[in-house]
Amino acid sequence: MVNIDTALVSIGGLNELASQGTIIHRLDPRAKLITTVMFIVTVVSFDKYAVSALLPLVLYPVVLTALGNIPPGAITRKLLIVSPFAVLIGIFNPYFDQQILMHLGGVPISGGLISFTSILLRFVLTVSAALILVAITGFEAVCLALERLKVPRAFVVQLLFLYRYLFVLVEEGLRIRRAYALRSPGSTGVALRVYGSLSGQLLLRTLNRAQRIHQAMLCRGFDGRIRLARSFQFAARDEFFVLAWGLFFLLARLYNLPVLMGVMVEGLL
Amino acid sequence: MHMADALISPAVGGAMWLATAGLTVYCASKLKNQADDNRVPLMGVLGAFIFAAQMINFTIPATGSSGHLGGGMILAILLGPQAAFLTMASVLTVQALFFGDGGLLALGCNIFNLGFWPCFLAYPFIYKPIAGRNPTPRRIFLGASLAAIIGLQLGAFSVVLETLASGISELPFTTFVLLMQPIHLAIGIVEALVTSAVVIFVWRARPEVLELASSGRKFGDFSLRPVLIGLVAVALVTGGILAWFASAHPDGLEWAMFRTSGKEELGPPADAIHDNLARVQEQTAFLPDYGFKSPAEPEGTAQAAEAETWPSISAGTSVSGIIGGTMVLILASCIGLILRKLSHST
Repeated sequence: MVNIDTALVSIGGLNELASQGTIIHRLDPRAKLITTVMFIVTVVSFDKYAVSALLPLVLYPVVLTALGNIPPGAITRKLLIVSPFAVLIGIFNPYFDQQILMHLGGVPISGGLISFTSILLRFVLTVSAALILVAITGFEAVCLALERLKVPRAFVVQLLFLYRYLFVLVEEGLRIRRAYALRSPGSTGVALRVYGSLSGQLLLRTLNRAQRIHQAMLCRGFDGRIRLARSFQFAARDEFFVLAWGLFFLLARLYNLPVLMGVMVEGLL
Repeated sequence: MHMADALISPAVGGAMWLATAGLTVYCASKLKNQADDNRVPLMGVLGAFIFAAQMINFTIPATGSSGHLGGGMILAILLGPQAAFLTMASVLTVQALFFGDGGLLALGCNIFNLGFWPCFLAYPFIYKPIAGRNPTPRRIFLGASLAAIIGLQLGAFSVVLETLASGISELPFTTFVLLMQPIHLAIGIVEALVTSAVVIFVWRARPEVLELASSGRKFGDFSLRPVLIGLVAVALVTGGILAWFASAHPDGLEWAMFRTSGKEELGPPADAIHDNLARVQEQTAFLPDYGFKSPAEPEGTAQAAEAETWPSISAGTSVSGIIGGTMVLILASCIGLILRKLSHST
């Protein structure tokens, strides 16, 4: 799980990227959400030995980061942090699947190695797509897009509230953590006996805060209905964005583009 | 560390998304009917609390390692199953979008694994009966511990089933289970201790919070609908796995026939009616022998069949694939650099 000291910087960083005004940022959030989902489904739909066929799909994150002015380092750092799960599960593949499937210049390559490479590729593609989505759209716009796409309103409201109070509570948790660290030099984590009362304190402060927020909402005329202000429209360029990428994903899925290119090159030589 | 998109197939991801979507719609409509104004900010703030609390590590005594809170049980105890499910879902969504922790397609699986089992199974059927309406620290400890451990075991087992049904990872069932379950037993014990510690603290400091939480819902109010939705999802996934295992071997009848007559199926009698009907069946059966008609093998056949009929891996295409793959990567990098230059100059 993410370290509390860097979490705020992490979330704030993506937010800052999302507030830019590039041409990608100005697209309708629904278009970007739908295209990202299409992308992930396409990547995941390949069979387990697909490696070269996946490579053309690298174009999607590359184009979006370039046009959206997103520094590649921001995405790569986060990729490295969450890689352990996929890597640890995938690393067993070469061990269990040792059937030799091809020879690369005399070196036998097992099926397990190919499928492990495929897993790594899939991981990079899908996780970067999710992170880029927030970096080019912004969390609130994604939530509003979800609501327009018929996601239950209670859930969207919950996401927006969570996002709003995340910063407040993470800061409070950070203060508690820091106070504890200052009073117990050399400790790596909170001792279990104390953790109950520390988290309990945070929880009680949370509940009090919820009470105050509710009172404030009532004072401002809250009547139980949440109203969301959303003002985006699907324009021609959004349709073009979705259709063009959709077509590309379909082509990449149906035809192994690198193999075709390689055959063409071999034919020319 | 939640399930990644890299390890699931569209079928499994889609099935779990359907289950999660169904549960979300159910919870949202149930909450609308309950019409408790105060719940809206409470859910948001508690979600943020779980998020923050997950980032504070505590040291596990006698091991020196550290762990952190999961949170499903605390949410269920304080909010009730439906609100807790939505809150847990929102926390996981933010983690997937901001930290890439858990893929977007796998989000359905993760919400199900971490939300359904604690909120709709462990809480109503384990914690509530044990803790009762007027809990004591001992009953809280017992109820929360059992609920946390069992909820986590079920969640971990779901991960095993989902990964297996997707067929991307090569881990065999027994190895994976022997890996996942003990680890999550340890995590479950830690979660049990932490959850009890926090709930007992709240019970001592502000007992009315717990009373308020449990009084809002009738004691015997076990709704079966979410449990049914969850079980249907599990059935879909296990059905997929069983079909995968089943397709390789002949069934009992064919095996018996092979033993007795040397053939797996008796040939049809050679007359006109059988011929015609057989021809009709050939035309209409779009899934002959439960597989696809085209030469490409379906995903779930045995390893030997895959090796001999899998068309793509041959010396010729692999070399072209490498050449083409390298070209594609170079091309993509060039496009990226050019676009970046262009967007900077405007």
